[in-house]
Order: sequence, then structure tokens, then C-alpha cells
Amino acid sequence: MAHGIQLVGLGPFLVVTAMLLVFGVFGIFLNRKNIIVIMMSIELILLAANLNLVAFSAALGDLSGQVLTLFSLTVAAAEAAIGLAIVTVYFRNRGSIQVEDVTLMKG
Amino acid sequence: MTHWTLALPEIVLSVCGLAILLFGVVQKRGNPTRACTVLTLVAYLVAAVLVLLAPDGTGYRGTFVGDGFARYMKILSLAGAGLCAVLSLDYNGRQKIDRFEFPLLLLFATVGTMLMASSENLMTLFVGLELQSLAIYILCAFARDELTSAEAGLKYFVLGSLASGLLLYGISLVYGFAGTLEYGGLRHALIGGGPSTAVPAGLVIGIVFVFVGLAFKLSAAPFHMWTPDVYEGAPISVTAFMSGAPKVAAFALLLRVMAGPFGHLTHQWQLLVELVSITTMALGSLAAIQQTNVKRLMAYSSIGHMGYAMMGLAAATPAGIRGTLVYLATYLFMTTGAFACIVAMRRGGQPLDRISDLSGLSRTRPMLALAMAVFMFGMAGMPPLSGFFGKLLVFAAAVQAGLWTLAVVGVVTSVIGLYYYWRVVKVMYLDGPVPAFDRSVRSVSAVTGAMALITGLFLLVLGPVVGAAQAAAAVLFR
Repeated sequence: MAHGIQLVGLGPFLVVTAMLLVFGVFGIFLNRKNIIVIMMSIELILLAANLNLVAFSAALGDLSGQVLTLFSLTVAAAEAAIGLAIVTVYFRNRGSIQVEDVTLMKG
Repeated sequence: MTHWTLALPEIVLSVCGLAILLFGVVQKRGNPTRACTVLTLVAYLVAAVLVLLAPDGTGYRGTFVGDGFARYMKILSLAGAGLCAVLSLDYNGRQKIDRFEFPLLLLFATVGTMLMASSENLMTLFVGLELQSLAIYILCAFARDELTSAEAGLKYFVLGSLASGLLLYGISLVYGFAGTLEYGGLRHALIGGGPSTAVPAGLVIGIVFVFVGLAFKLSAAPFHMWTPDVYEGAPISVTAFMSGAPKVAAFALLLRVMAGPFGHLTHQWQLLVELVSITTMALGSLAAIQQTNVKRLMAYSSIGHMGYAMMGLAAATPAGIRGTLVYLATYLFMTTGAFACIVAMRRGGQPLDRISDLSGLSRTRPMLALAMAVFMFGMAGMPPLSGFFGKLLVFAAAVQAGLWTLAVVGVVTSVIGLYYYWRVVKVMYLDGPVPAFDRSVRSVSAVTGAMALITGLFLLVLGPVVGAAQAAAAVLFR
């Protein structure tokens, strides 16, 4: 009896992750408002990759993809913490976290 | 049986890092920065000895490898990081950013670079790269009361995380379509189909994503846009580090992945690497011409150098990889020396970063001017300075591999490069003197002098370096 990933197939997973990736990239480059939105977009890209890894791992019957997902979740948490810390430092100096204000140096 | 001793240098360095962190935290009186920096340097030295003694082989269930290539890259990144720790001793104190976390973050970033050099699995690749990147994000924003530093940290964070995300997505595609994360397994999976069978499109897309992620970290064009801003905004001690060890480590990954598991798909990625190399060289030399800030000039210069180093990868032969490795060694020492000169640019306690501030340096500080001239001509590739040999080896490899366009573009951009490096020398030697710089401390002068000697007398160590690079490159083509 087919169950789990065999029932759905890999296709839908790949489509969803590709969409998440595209949303994330566009969120970074088209967003002109807030840096927090950029951080959310980065998170979206990492989650797309994680979902991909888990789907492939289930389809291949190989655990290493899920192990990598655990690692990358940890890394994403650390990255978010560092990113928020940097945003805080930036806000203290600039008084704003609007994307259009991050233009002190240009070139 | 796991050869746990394979990773002994990394383990010892990490444990030393934790111990130094503890030491810094419990220190009640005074500023522990100087003591922590010295301890970090000692830890680097111990790690370097252990790297040289470390055995060859694969361990930790095929995630970690010790070989000549890893050893070469680890020694280079330890040297780069150690020199920057020395530079930071004085600079950070004067900039009032002498907190003891600085050498520690350098140390953990170095552990990351060493892990990257030893990766034998896409998992190790990702974790090592992130360990290094996360530490450097913090270092960029280390002068937390300065807007430029905070902005540099923010920009590097956003674009660096984007690169990591794309890299991870690429890894997931490679994993899905090849069925394994191990380099050995990947190589088997790719050869297994034979040369005639088509490679799945998903796999090629995955390789391209991995390459793009690494090119971001290398600041190769068209993924270079963060480099000038981050170099300008970050404290110079951080910039000096960023332009050295992390670049070497990112190249270690790129060479290992492209020449190893994806080595059989050379025809699939060679054109891409070639194009990136050409745009990087052209952009690095053309955009540098109009710069007036020394740090931005160095940023574009380092972008250009990454293009030349990539030429060896585009050739995809052992000779090409050997050229890239020698190039990276010469680049590391020249760029660290040039940043040591920039650290010495200080008048009335204020750091300076305009090219015009160097005016008349040959009369006020002849030795510093001479050292800077050596670095500039070295980077331009003038014989008999070290940069020449690196360029010679990669150009020769590109010609041997039949990549004439690449070699011609490289020569043309080298000539353009000579122009803007010459401009710095001209300002130092021919323009009228302005008030002298402050006296620089002995540690900075020592780094400057040592790097100038290595750059100037590279001919004497050319044999051993090329030999080590040859052995390291041979490992990848087993």
C-alpha cells in the first residue's frame, strides 16, 4: 500500500519549494519598506530548502537529508538572532530601519 | 572506526576558544582583550602545528577529510587570521572597540574556514560556511557605535544570508537528484551513468545554485555588490581578515566541490566559471579606476583577484588548480600587507582612508611607502614580486586548457590594473608631502615588513610553495 510521499509524489513538493524560493528572493529585492520583511524573506528561502531536503529524504529513504535539516534549522535560528542583533545596533545609530535609509555608502 | 584525530586541530582550536571565552568573562579587573588576543595567537600556533602533524584519511562517517589540499588551505587561513589578530591589537584599542570578543570571533570564524577546507560532505560544507559567516556578520558590525559599521554589518548579513539560502537550496537539489550528500557518493553517482547518459536538469540547477552561493562569498561578479560597501564600513582589522582567510576558504570549497564530485560534469559548468571569471576581472579593474578611497580600491582589487584565481578553476586541470592555490597564497600575503599599511594611515589619532592622504609618503615615511609600493606592484603582477608568479601560473594553465579568451582578458585587465595600482604609487612618490602620519606601533610595522619581504622575495620560497600546491592539487584529481 502506498503511503506518505509515494502517495503524493515529489512534484507538488518541488513546486511549493520553488514558489517559496521565488517569493523569498523577490521579497528581498522588491521590498522597499522594512528590513524585518527582508529577514522574513531569508527565512522563507531557508525553509524552502529545508522542505526540499525533507521531501527528498523521504522519497529516497535516506536519513542524511533530515539530519542536514536539523543542522540548518539550528543555523537559521542563530542567523535570525544575529540578524536581529545587527538590526538593533543599526536602529540605535540611525533611528530607522527603512530599507531606503540604508544608503550611507554607495558605489 | 572513526579516525577522530583527523579533526584534532579544529577540536583543539574550538576548545581553546571556549577556554579563552571563559577567561575573558571571569576577568574582573582591567581589559582582558590583549591577553585574549595573545592567547588566540597561541591557539592558532598550536592548531597550525597540529594541522601539519594531522594524519591523512576520511573520518566521522565520511563527512570530514584530511589531505594535502585541506592542510594547505588550513595553514593559509590560520596565517591570515593570525596576522589580522596582530593587526587588531593596536587598531581596535585606538578605535575604542577593544572588547575581548573580537579575537574570539576571529577564532571561531577560523574554525569555520578550517572545517570548510576539510569538508567531504555537503553537510560539513554548509555548517563550516555558516560558522564562518555568522562570526563575520558580527565582526562587521563590531564598532557598534558607528553607523558605517552597523550598515556594513547589515548589508553583509542580508546578502550573505541570501547566499547561504541559495547554497542550501542548491545542496537540497543536488541531494535529491544524486541521492547522497557525500562527495565520494556524488562522484560515483555521476560517473555511474556513464558519459553518454544525460545528467538530470535538477542536478545541474543544483550545481549552479551551489556555485552562485559560493560566488557570493567570494565576491565574484555579478555577486560582488556588497564588497565595496562592507569593506569601507567595517573596521579595518575586520576588512583585513575578510579579504584573506574567508576568501581562501570559499575557494577551498569551490575547488573541492567543482573538481571533486562535479569534476565529471566539467563541460556543464566550465562556461559558467569562465564567464564569471571574465566579468569579475573586468569589473574589478574597471570599477577600481575611479575610486578615491583606499578601502574601496582594495575591495575592487580583491574582486579582480578572485577573477584571476578563478581562471585556474575554469581550466579544470591539475595545473590550473595548482595555479589557483599559488595565487591564493600570494594574494593573502599581499592583501594582508596592504591592509597593514592602511592600518598605519592615521594622523592626530584619526584613521584616514583616502588615497590623497598618502600624498608624499615617500618623504615622510620612506619605509612605509616602499612597503606599500611593493604590495601595489605585487598585486599588479610585476616581476619579480609574488603576484607575478601567481598570475603566470593561472595564465599558463588557461592557455594550456585552450581558454585563449580568458587568458587574453586576464592580460588586458592586468594592464588596466597596473594603471590604478600605479596611481597609488604615484601619489606616494611624486605628489607633494602633507603632514606625516602618527608613528605606527611595532606590531603593525612588523606585519608590514614581514609581508613586504614575502612579497618581494617570493622567488626564494617559490619552489616549496609550488610543490605544496602541486601536491594539494593532485589530491583533488585522484
